[in-house]
Amino acid sequence: MKKRSLAKSLFLVFFLTILAGFIALPSKIFNYDKPAIDFYFLGRHIYKDYQLRKGLDIQGGMQVTLEAMMDGIEEADRLTALEAAREIIARRVDLYGISEALIQTAQKDDSYRLLIELPGISDPAQALNLVGQTAELDFRLQQVLSEEQMLEATMSPQIWLDSFVPTDLTGQQLKRAQAEFDQQTGQPVISLEMNDNGRELFATITKENLNEVLAIFIDGYPIMTPVISSPILDGRAAISGAFTIDEAKNLAIQLNAGALPVNIKVLEQKNIGASLGEESIQKSVRAGVIGLSLVLLFMILYYGYLGFVASLSLLIYAILTIALYKILGVVLTLPGIAGMILTIGMAVDANILIFERMKEELRSGHSPERAMELGFGRAWDSIKDANLASIITALVLINPFNFSFLNTSGLVKGFGLTFLLGTLLSLFTGVVISRLLLRAFLPLFAKKLIKGGKS
Amino acid sequence: MNLMRYKNFYFAISLLFLLPGIFSLIFFGLRPSIDFTGGSALEIQFAQNPENLVFATDSGFQEILAANYDYSVLQSVGEARVIVKGKEINNQEKDQLIETLEQNYGELELLRFETVGPSLGSELLNKTFIALLIVAFSITIYVWRQFNELKYGVCAILAMLHDTLILLGAFSLLGYFGGVEVDLLFVTALLTAMSFSVHDTIIVYDRIRELKRRNPRASFAEIANAAVLETLSRSINNSMTIIIMLLTLVVLGGESTRLFAVALLVGAITGTYSSTFTAVPLLLSWDRFFRKK
Repeated sequence: MKKRSLAKSLFLVFFLTILAGFIALPSKIFNYDKPAIDFYFLGRHIYKDYQLRKGLDIQGGMQVTLEAMMDGIEEADRLTALEAAREIIARRVDLYGISEALIQTAQKDDSYRLLIELPGISDPAQALNLVGQTAELDFRLQQVLSEEQMLEATMSPQIWLDSFVPTDLTGQQLKRAQAEFDQQTGQPVISLEMNDNGRELFATITKENLNEVLAIFIDGYPIMTPVISSPILDGRAAISGAFTIDEAKNLAIQLNAGALPVNIKVLEQKNIGASLGEESIQKSVRAGVIGLSLVLLFMILYYGYLGFVASLSLLIYAILTIALYKILGVVLTLPGIAGMILTIGMAVDANILIFERMKEELRSGHSPERAMELGFGRAWDSIKDANLASIITALVLINPFNFSFLNTSGLVKGFGLTFLLGTLLSLFTGVVISRLLLRAFLPLFAKKLIKGGKS
Repeated sequence: MNLMRYKNFYFAISLLFLLPGIFSLIFFGLRPSIDFTGGSALEIQFAQNPENLVFATDSGFQEILAANYDYSVLQSVGEARVIVKGKEINNQEKDQLIETLEQNYGELELLRFETVGPSLGSELLNKTFIALLIVAFSITIYVWRQFNELKYGVCAILAMLHDTLILLGAFSLLGYFGGVEVDLLFVTALLTAMSFSVHDTIIVYDRIRELKRRNPRASFAEIANAAVLETLSRSINNSMTIIIMLLTLVVLGGESTRLFAVALLVGAITGTYSSTFTAVPLLLSWDRFFRKK
């Protein structure tokens, strides 16, 4: 009975390792492409293609910290303005075609900041222009298009965009935009309120262009294209459309950003060329592989059969780690790789503790099987206590709640994350998997162990 | 074998390593990178170098550079590659500088360009102190609670302080004699070294606690000595594997994480030493001091 459950667990470990190994393999080995996970199961399409995500310092790119200049903006509106600036920048970056850009807001005392990571950017001046311009809102009237023009417009977005003619009404005349529910229909609407200056202009435009499209542009890009259904004389307009309340809120935020231009200043800027990271990662990976082999050799030379089992679980550890990085989408930075290499050295710690304990128990006359179980049991307390200190430190480095009084740098977080994952995973492989493997392999070399333990 | 009889000898070894570092920290301090002070850093790779110039020491290059940029550090790394650090400059000024250099020395690649505003630098210093305090404080509380006696917590932290000071001292000396700077990654290494230190100390203390429970009549000194003997080979073997990994990273790894790995390596070595030869002797001294009273 016991043997059967052991066999089952072993099979599970074996299966897990194979699966993880498959995920961990690079997608291209020499000339062979690895097939992606792509199959139908119970009528569901399952497709997974895990990739290692490379940090800025590896693939090259740009990291900027911007400060939003909040003078002249009321205290209560500052966070909204910052959030709006983030949205605007995110949209610009998106339009610009940068994938996997990261844009975060942060507040530190009186300083409102945007942390931006743009992978693959090689021209920082151009990127800063893209990101740092203040948002501009304006209203544009759509010209009536001929049928031929219509056809062209559906083919080319540029021609369609060009069909809108700017009016004098801009974000400067917008007092406030807000997402609300229409009191009669209950639908979400966006209400616009113009200031005194804009009210007259708004009235003139809406009177003269009834039933035409008055589009709202932000940064030269149309946000909405409502049709004027009646003249608006009081400077208040409600725009209804097929949007949810959340979408309406987002649009209102963006409109407010147009109305509240935030000037932006560069606090910090880091540009890394792609070649620098490429060079470092090759060296680091080579160092990791050589180090790993040396540790395996050391364990086998020093602990013999036991060391062989520890080596096996260390290999499983390495495979699981890489698979986990891919599944969780851990962004790999150079310090992160250093953290991973470090945890390989630390991962055998649990095994060493256990083996030393086993030796003691063997010396005091227990059978190898008993010594093993005792060794695991007794060593577990120390292992657990000692690793908690590592976990505390890793959490301070990762700063999971983004406390503004702790570090927010991606590099430090990258190291902290691999350090934390390594510590947790090594507890699993060092204790659970090693124990299973030992239970399975111990009968093969138990006799030799007794001799070794006594010498 | 009574290892703990040579307690004072171990303290002397610690002092031998602590004193030069502390001396250096007081008189030379640390060399902060632009992460802390604010400023700009450029890493430039020249495509060709027909005259085999060593850029960092070439007076012609220094002159051209100085005319265009108020720099404070100029280093050669590898072949035809330089790192320049100095006053904060913006993108336009940087482009101008690169253009001038290209006119004089041909095609080049800007591998890295970093600019940190001065306010962010001092902020990082605050964040570093807070992180150090949080780690030290939470570990003391944890060890204290875990072992039910204040002395364990305090001695573990003293051993950690010992390791921290040696690491800081080592980088102060490296900074004074080798121009090595401390940056954000050094802070990370420092925090990690702190956790190494406590990690090993807890393993030894754990054994002391266990032996005390099993042999209630033995003296504290006997127990401490037995605990050290029983954990010594584990401690050395475990450090061996960590040191193997870090050494390969220092020797074979990339340039950008080399000093980071060196800092971790120093931390791993002192952490191993201190858990056996500082943390336990401190515990014994504490025990003797308060028992006499």
